[in-house]
Amino acid sequence: MAFNTRKTDYFPYLLLIPATVVTLIVVAWPLVETIRLSFTDASLRPVENYVGFANYEKMFSRRFPEVIARTFYWMALSVIFKIVVGTLGAVLLNAAIPGKTLMRVLVMPPWIIPIPIGVFIWGWMYNGQFGMISGIGQSIGLLEGPFEFLAFKSSAFFSTIVTDVWIGTPLVTVYLLAAMQAISPDLHEAAWVDGASRFYRFRRITLPLIMPAIATMSLLSAIWTFNSFDIIWILTEGGPRNATTTMIIDTYKTAISRFKYGEGAARAVMIVIFLSLFSTFYFLMISRLSKKDKEV
Amino acid sequence: MINKYRWYEFVLIYAGLALFLTFILAPFITAFTVSLRPMQSLFSIPYRFLSDNMTFEAYWEMWSSVPLLARYMINSIFISSAITICGLLAIVPAAYAFARFEFSGRTGLLAGFLAVNMVSGAVLIIPLYKVMQQLGVLNTYFAMIVPGTAFVIPTGIWLLRSYLMKIPRELEEAAWVDGAGKLYTMIRVILPIALPGIMVVAIATFIAAYAQQFIFALTFNSVNEFNPLPVGLFQFFGRQTVVWNELMAASLVGILPVLLLYVFLQRYIVAGLTAGAVKE
Repeated sequence: MAFNTRKTDYFPYLLLIPATVVTLIVVAWPLVETIRLSFTDASLRPVENYVGFANYEKMFSRRFPEVIARTFYWMALSVIFKIVVGTLGAVLLNAAIPGKTLMRVLVMPPWIIPIPIGVFIWGWMYNGQFGMISGIGQSIGLLEGPFEFLAFKSSAFFSTIVTDVWIGTPLVTVYLLAAMQAISPDLHEAAWVDGASRFYRFRRITLPLIMPAIATMSLLSAIWTFNSFDIIWILTEGGPRNATTTMIIDTYKTAISRFKYGEGAARAVMIVIFLSLFSTFYFLMISRLSKKDKEV
Repeated sequence: MINKYRWYEFVLIYAGLALFLTFILAPFITAFTVSLRPMQSLFSIPYRFLSDNMTFEAYWEMWSSVPLLARYMINSIFISSAITICGLLAIVPAAYAFARFEFSGRTGLLAGFLAVNMVSGAVLIIPLYKVMQQLGVLNTYFAMIVPGTAFVIPTGIWLLRSYLMKIPRELEEAAWVDGAGKLYTMIRVILPIALPGIMVVAIATFIAAYAQQFIFALTFNSVNEFNPLPVGLFQFFGRQTVVWNELMAASLVGILPVLLLYVFLQRYIVAGLTAGAVKE
């Protein structure tokens, strides 16, 4: 190629400087610094001492495993619902029916708007006295009196999940819809000529071909759900009695609300460990999928 | 015909879609009806979706009961615009480098940028908070703009890179043969052609920046006058009994800018979001 005739070309590196500098300062350096801080007793005081693994020992002696388990439970439920609802939505929107274009447009708003604002609306819906869900529940006789969804442990836990599913579903839907539309119509036509029913064609053509997209989306969705902060913080701040305290919320409460930077950093390191596991898995999957693609 | 449905299939599909779209849209519709109802009529048993005395009063009242509301909205738009501009300054050259040049470390660097998408702001907040405290930049717009910029760069690079890869290489080669330098070629030949793609990335970046401004503003800023809309509303309504109809009215007005952008440009936005689903 004409461009690369010279020996070492510094031009592309120069082009990458702005993006790299911002990323190093805002993301890479804080990551390293978090690891260092996790071994100190850093707090609001200006002095900080190295304390070895004390923060980690303290963390694990205090119900931290419970927080990890809760985080994974919350994430798993949320991702499963997002993928199931999103897939069903994509299948329905893929049908060649009048009005499909308009309906596809109507799917996106929960994902487009700022998360906190969507969550304010849900905050009202979960409200016991004024809220819609409690109100309808009373009208049809499901609830005997006003029910404050965010005030009880298990209802708060599931309420935050429902809101998270509401915000995450649109992206899953349009992503899978795009994958379905990339399937060549010839495949469906050939099967149709052979007399295959619609359901059979879905099971034997559509589903296997969108499986890679479902897998990719599940993993991405798991990572984002794991990182979810706004929804829980606005609805419950991790309460009631820690019922919705996930690892992210626990880290934030420890470090920012209680100014225990060292202990907070140890929690952040645990999050980073899990996230790097997910990311490694994700990149391995992507590269395997693209290799498979080339072989075909 | 292959796509012909029987009547009961039509019924099933529309029923399913009605259910699905109800889940997606019901919060917006009910938020709108709540914003139209006077506060005292909101508390009624049995529950009612509408009341007799619906008014747009909340949309007037909210400006006086949340004194800084207009300020929050301007802040939101200002912060997102600043993030978009700073972001583009980093995104455009980087995307061009990844789209056009072979250099060692290319794949690793690209993966590194994409990995930023997997980190949440909450993980980085402790060191950032400490360093901003030391530099004395807490409670400034700067404290919200710079971290926000880092998080729009990866997706921006990814989107713009796939757009630039579709521009034929012959253009650059022709410019090169004519004796143009690389920087000149990029600025004078490629960027003008790529302008539609850059616009799409700018809009996607703006929407993302508008949507993400919560945790950084919540943590790094405690000056109410600088708060973007989500944090402003959160803190205002956290402090006192919630006036639900006004909160809903303010929320709906706050999402209007992005909804409008989305309605006009939804084809591009959806194409950008789903870039990974379809192989090129």
